[in-house]
Amino acid sequence: MSTPRVSIKDMGLRFTGKRTVSAVNQISLELAHGEVLGLLGESGSGKSATLRALLRLYPEGRAQVSGQIRIDGQDVLSLKGRALEQYRGGTVSMVFQEPGVAFDPVYTIGQQIVQTIQAHAAVSNQDAAAQALEMLERVQIPQARRRFDAYPHELSGGMRQRAMIALALSCKPKLLLADEPTTALDATVQIQILLLLRELQKEMDMSVIFVTHDIGAAVEVADRIAVMYAGRIVEQGAVADIVHRPLHPYTAGLLASSVGAANKGQPLQAVPGSPPDMSNPPVGCAFALRCSRATDICRTQVPPVEHKDGRSLACWLPLNTDAA
Amino acid sequence: MNTSPLIHQDRGGPKQALLEVRDLKKYFPVRGSFGAAGKFVHAVDGVSFAVAKGQTLGIVGESGCGKSTTARLVAKLMAPDSGSMVFDGDGVDEFRGIALKDFRRNLQMVFQDSFASLNPRLTVAQTIAFGPQVHGMSAKDAERLARDLLMRVGMEPDQFGARYPHELSGGQRQRVNIARALAFDPRLLILDEAVAALDKSVQAQVLNLLQELKAERQLTYLFISHDLHVVHYLSDQVMVMYLGQIVEIGPVERIYGHAMHPYTQALLSAVPSMDPAHRTMSSPISGDPPNPIDPPAGCRFHDRCPKAQAICQSQAPRLMVVATDPAHQVACHLNDPHAGHGNAPSVEYAATALNEVSA
Repeated sequence: MSTPRVSIKDMGLRFTGKRTVSAVNQISLELAHGEVLGLLGESGSGKSATLRALLRLYPEGRAQVSGQIRIDGQDVLSLKGRALEQYRGGTVSMVFQEPGVAFDPVYTIGQQIVQTIQAHAAVSNQDAAAQALEMLERVQIPQARRRFDAYPHELSGGMRQRAMIALALSCKPKLLLADEPTTALDATVQIQILLLLRELQKEMDMSVIFVTHDIGAAVEVADRIAVMYAGRIVEQGAVADIVHRPLHPYTAGLLASSVGAANKGQPLQAVPGSPPDMSNPPVGCAFALRCSRATDICRTQVPPVEHKDGRSLACWLPLNTDAA
Repeated sequence: MNTSPLIHQDRGGPKQALLEVRDLKKYFPVRGSFGAAGKFVHAVDGVSFAVAKGQTLGIVGESGCGKSTTARLVAKLMAPDSGSMVFDGDGVDEFRGIALKDFRRNLQMVFQDSFASLNPRLTVAQTIAFGPQVHGMSAKDAERLARDLLMRVGMEPDQFGARYPHELSGGQRQRVNIARALAFDPRLLILDEAVAALDKSVQAQVLNLLQELKAERQLTYLFISHDLHVVHYLSDQVMVMYLGQIVEIGPVERIYGHAMHPYTQALLSAVPSMDPAHRTMSSPISGDPPNPIDPPAGCRFHDRCPKAQAICQSQAPRLMVVATDPAHQVACHLNDPHAGHGNAPSVEYAATALNEVSA
C-alpha cells in the first residue's frame, strides 16, 4: 500500500511553566486511508492531549511538541500562518466531547457552519448555506431547515453532537479527530451517534481517531485500538486481538474490570491503585506500581515498544505470549 | 427524642420493606417569557416503590427521566409536591412517625461529583467526624470513628486523614464520601451515580468496596445509574424510569432476561456489544428523550416506540403485574389484554399464565 495517511513518529508533548509535565511520551502511530483508530485510556493518560497536539491547538510557548507528525506527507509541525489555518478544519477536524461548549452560543448553527465553509473556500453566501444545509441533512438532523436557524441551546444533547459533526465535516477533512464524542450522551443516543460516525466515515472515506475511555464504544467503531497509559501507548492492535487476547496487563485489567452479567455476585478483578501523577512520573514502566506481575526490571527501565504480527506492545512480561 | 447513640434498630423484621414510597410527585415551575409562570417540568410524576431490607434497588433511565429527583425526594433534600414515605413501618416526618432528624441519620447519600460534595476547607478526617459531632458525639469519639472508617474504606488514616479534598484523586474522594455516609451507621444508602465519574479500573475498586460494606453492615442501597452494566452487577431489583414515571420494575434477572417494556428492551440493546464480530447494526430507538415540560399524551414513550398503536397515543398505561411473574410490573398496553392494543396477549393466555404462577 502507499504511504499511510497519518504517520506519527516519537511524538512527545511537554507542558512547561511553574512545573513541567510530560503529558505524552514518544508515541508512534500510523493510520491508513479510511481507517478508524480507537485511542483508549483513563483520564490523564494523555489521549485528549495527543489529539489537541495533532491539531496544533496548544500555544507554542507553553507546550512543546517534539517528534514528527505527517499527514498525507505534509509536515504538520512546521505549518505556519495561513497554511496552519487551512490545515485546521480543512485537512484535520475535531469533534469535542461537549458540543454545548464547543459551539458559539451567540450564532445560529447554520451561521457557524457557513462561516467555517467560507473560511476555507471562496464560496458565495448562498452556496455555503446550501452546503451547510446539506451537511445538516447528512447527519440526520430532523427538520434540518428549521435547525439551521436554531441557536445551540435550542437543541438537545444528541442533536447538538450531530450538528458538531456536521460542522467538523463541512470542509471534507481527511482526518477526523473525535474526542469522547459520546461520553456526555445517554446510551440510546450514544449508539445513534456511533452508527452515524461509522456511516459517514465510510461514505467520505475519512480516517478517524476516536478517543474514548469506554471499550464498548471503541469496539463499535474502531478497526484498531491503541491503549494509552500515563502518556505512552502500551499496546496496539486489531480490535478483535485486543479484546480477546490482550497482551499488556493493563489492557487485561481494563477488560476484567468492566462489569457485566458474567461476574454478578462475585467481586470484580479491579486494578489496584490509581494512575500516576504525570508531573512526577515513576521510573521504569509507569504501570509497574499497579501491576501484579512487576519485577525489578519493570521498576527500573521503561519497556521498549516492540512490533510483531501487526501489533505493538510495551511490556517486559506480556501475558498470553504462547497463545499469541 | 433519642439523640445520643447512633444505633438503629430493626423494627418490622425482614418481611417489612425498609422504605416504601407512595405516589411521589414533584413538578418544577418553568418561567415563561417575562417571568410568567404557568408551565411545569414533570420531574417525578406518581412514583411508588418499595425497597426490601438488605436489597439493592437499581434505578435506570436516560438523563432527565427523574432518577436523581427521586433520590433527592427520598432523602428529603427537597419537599415533594405530594406523596408519602414509610421507613420501616414509620411514616416519615408525620405525626407519630419517625422525625426528620432521625430519618436522616438512618439514610445517607453519596453523590456523583465527589469534589463538589466535600467541603474544600475541611480535612478528610474533619469531614467524616463533622456529622456525628453535630448529632452529639464527643470530638474524641468522632475522631476515632473517622479513623476507623478511613481504614475501612482502604485509606491509611495517618497518610490521608489530614489531607484536603483537592489533594486526593477522584477514587479516593469517593471513598471519603462513602466513609462520611457510613459515619451515622445508616440503614439506607442512596448512591446517585456514585461511580459514574470514575475511571473503569477505579470504578471496579469502589464497586467491590460497596459490595463488601453492604454485606458487613446489612445495608440497603438505592443505586441510581445510567450504566446498565453496573446496575446489573449490583442490583437485586431494577426500576426503569422514563419521563418521571416508572415503566418497568422487577427482579434484576427478569428485567435483564425478560424485559417487557419496549423502552427497557431498547435501553438494553443500546449497550455496546463488546464483540467486534457482532457490532450493533441499527439503533433500537431514534431521537432524544422528549421534553419533560410537555410530556406526550397517552403513553409517554409512544412517539419513540416501535410498537405504538392508536391506543398508546390516547390512553396512559397503568403499572400492572406481569402475568408470568407477580414480582414483575410493567406499564405498557402490550401487557394488558384489556387495553385494546392489537399485539397484546389474549385474555385467555393471560389467565392461564396467571394460573400457572399461582399453582
